[in-house]
Amino acid sequence: MKINILKFLGSLALFLAFVTSSVTANAGTKDDVIKKGSLDCGVSQGVPGFSNADASGKWTGIDVDMCRAVAAAVFGDANKVKYQPLSAKDRFEVLKSGQIDMLARNTTWTLSRDAGLALEFVGTNFYDGQGFIVRKAAKIDSAKKLNNVKVCVETGTTTELNLRDYFKANNLKYEAVSFTKADEAVAAYDAGRCDVYTTDKSGLAAQRTKMKNPADHTVLPETISKEPLGPVVRGDDQNWKDIAAWSLYVMIEAEELGVSSKNIDSMKSTDNPNIKRLLGLEGDTGKSLGLTPEWSYNIIKQVGNYGEVYEANVGAKTPIGLARDGSPNQLWTKGGILYAPPVR
Amino acid sequence: MFRIDEIKNSLKKNLQLGNLVPQFLLLFVLFFIVYYFTSNAQTNMAARNISSGFGFLQTNSGFDVQFSLIDYDGSYSFGRAYLVGLLNTLLVSSFGIVFATILGFLVGVARLSNNFLLSKLSQLYVEILRNLPLILQIFFWYFVVLRNLPSTENSFIFLDFLIVNVQGAYFPKFIFTNFNAIFYGLVCALLTIFFAQYYSKKLIYERGKSLPIFKISILCLILFTTIFSLIGNTDLQLQQAELIQNFGIFNYVGGVKLVPEFLALLFALSLYTSTFIAENVRAGILSVGKGQKEASKSLGFNNSQSLKLIIIPQALRVIIPPTTNQYLNLLKNSSLAAGIGYPDLASVFAGTALSQTGKAIEIIFIVMLTYLSISLIISAFLNWYNHKIAFIEK
Ligand SMILES: N[C@@H](CCC(=O)N[C@@H](CS)C(=O)NCC(=O)O)C(=O)O
Repeated sequence: MKINILKFLGSLALFLAFVTSSVTANAGTKDDVIKKGSLDCGVSQGVPGFSNADASGKWTGIDVDMCRAVAAAVFGDANKVKYQPLSAKDRFEVLKSGQIDMLARNTTWTLSRDAGLALEFVGTNFYDGQGFIVRKAAKIDSAKKLNNVKVCVETGTTTELNLRDYFKANNLKYEAVSFTKADEAVAAYDAGRCDVYTTDKSGLAAQRTKMKNPADHTVLPETISKEPLGPVVRGDDQNWKDIAAWSLYVMIEAEELGVSSKNIDSMKSTDNPNIKRLLGLEGDTGKSLGLTPEWSYNIIKQVGNYGEVYEANVGAKTPIGLARDGSPNQLWTKGGILYAPPVR
Repeated sequence: MFRIDEIKNSLKKNLQLGNLVPQFLLLFVLFFIVYYFTSNAQTNMAARNISSGFGFLQTNSGFDVQFSLIDYDGSYSFGRAYLVGLLNTLLVSSFGIVFATILGFLVGVARLSNNFLLSKLSQLYVEILRNLPLILQIFFWYFVVLRNLPSTENSFIFLDFLIVNVQGAYFPKFIFTNFNAIFYGLVCALLTIFFAQYYSKKLIYERGKSLPIFKISILCLILFTTIFSLIGNTDLQLQQAELIQNFGIFNYVGGVKLVPEFLALLFALSLYTSTFIAENVRAGILSVGKGQKEASKSLGFNNSQSLKLIIIPQALRVIIPPTTNQYLNLLKNSSLAAGIGYPDLASVFAGTALSQTGKAIEIIFIVMLTYLSISLIISAFLNWYNHKIAFIEK
């Protein structure tokens, strides 16, 4: 039988990988990663500011920096990462089947994904919510006025689920036109196939930069959902989960303590015990995680603290232009909700 | 699919002891392989704490689908979503098969025509469309042709019957009152046609006279349905989609709507497959001995009569088996739909439902089984047909 089923074949391969792979009681993802010599990290197929490859193939974004932080912790070298771009639809199967070691792909933490898919969400590196973008010519200023519209959306996301909840709750008529790639959904919206495009608001800001004429569109004020985006690992390796989680916390804690990639070396002479512990000069945080004592130093030195990562990738001065002050993605001490447990 | 006597013969041969041992071995190996894979999958799932089972089919899907033949939205179950995908696959495949067959026959016959231009044009058609990858042709129709249609408020409108814009094509809905009458008219017409055919066969055998049975049939259909609908007071209303404005957004609502994703897939599948069918038709016609045509000429048949009554019936035996393959290919190729977002079985169920539930094994299993079953049904039907029209050798 000649099978010509392109996408289907991908899933089939996964299926076969799954039924044929032997049950290795996961000795340790960390050891596997060290043996391979690089971290396989699942990212998006291109969301500027989160994970996006430039013309030379260099990846940047806050999700990319999440991968880099873990690589810095494990290898002492943030560049030892192999990026695997994934669609929303495929990401969890690829993670489950072991083709990647972690997923950092603007992925929303939900109960059914956390508990139902045998996965582990390690934290939140960006607090987001879903929104809508429309053409200015549509003369619409509120999502409540979207009636009888066609909405372009990416399949396999929380987005398509929230979309339905919102229109149903507000008794508005709509048609969801679903695509498997963000680029296709955006292009369809841009060509007039849909009247509205919807995704996480960070995604709207990012995708807008790809439209033919970004100034012709406007993001509606409503935020219709909670989208805590964060890295994900498989649920069968507690140590690996801890490594990923604390790689994130260290970046947040560093910002709170005023430690950055620029001043970290001068900070080594500090008397502050919190900073000393953070830098591995006191205590043995590395040992608990099975890492070298310099693991946290390497993250901050090579990747930066959370604030540096934020401003460089999605901050007000970038094309994405998401102001941090007043948003949840600010430290708890400055009115946001970023709060790292004590590193000790 | 198989002839009973063939099966009997091969069974007899196979049941000799010398043959039995290797066959049991083969069976054992097969059994072992299946057992190994299923038990391995189960252990893997247990080890990864993945719940299995088909219970999810009854829970709410939570997602909508833009194009569905049955009532569906996110409040229906995943099982219903499966049905939506299946029907969409069957819809595009059956339309595709019909169009590909008609086009294929026309092009195949035209290719053998004495008209130089016509035959060269058909050759060009076949050579171009057959040699371009199907996915590219789908993209061509979708991204190049249908994407560049005018916006909703500037739609092309043909005689108020067809509205075309970047969001799709709209036809009026046919709304009948007292449809029963037409239905009874149809039944009567079909019965009459059946008897007319029987009678005309008798006429041919007994007196060598032929009736214009095709014309009679058409006449019957028209006559009976109009008379019945007049008596039964049938009324037909055309309900075309209406342009609705909501601030600066224009949308057609109502009517029968064909989305561009469907149209692009249908065009590409029909044209691509028609080239292969055209080649089958050409080969079939060429396989009929030259003598047949000459003989029919000397019996006084004109060109179209000899094609219709002598050549095609014989050619069909050669055409049908490879054409069955093309039908199966078309069905399987329809799963390229995911590339442009047409909600077929593969993209709704093996795509969206799979990623929303994580039930990879169950879903892939269901989808494979479904494609396999449809394929087997199609080939069983065509094998039966081929067998029916085959020469009865004495
Ligand atoms: N946060 C949501 C949606 C995330 C998502 O996939 N968003 C799209 C739209 S911006 C995207 O990132 N697509 C990029 C791609 O397909 O590579 C989820 O986890 O389900």
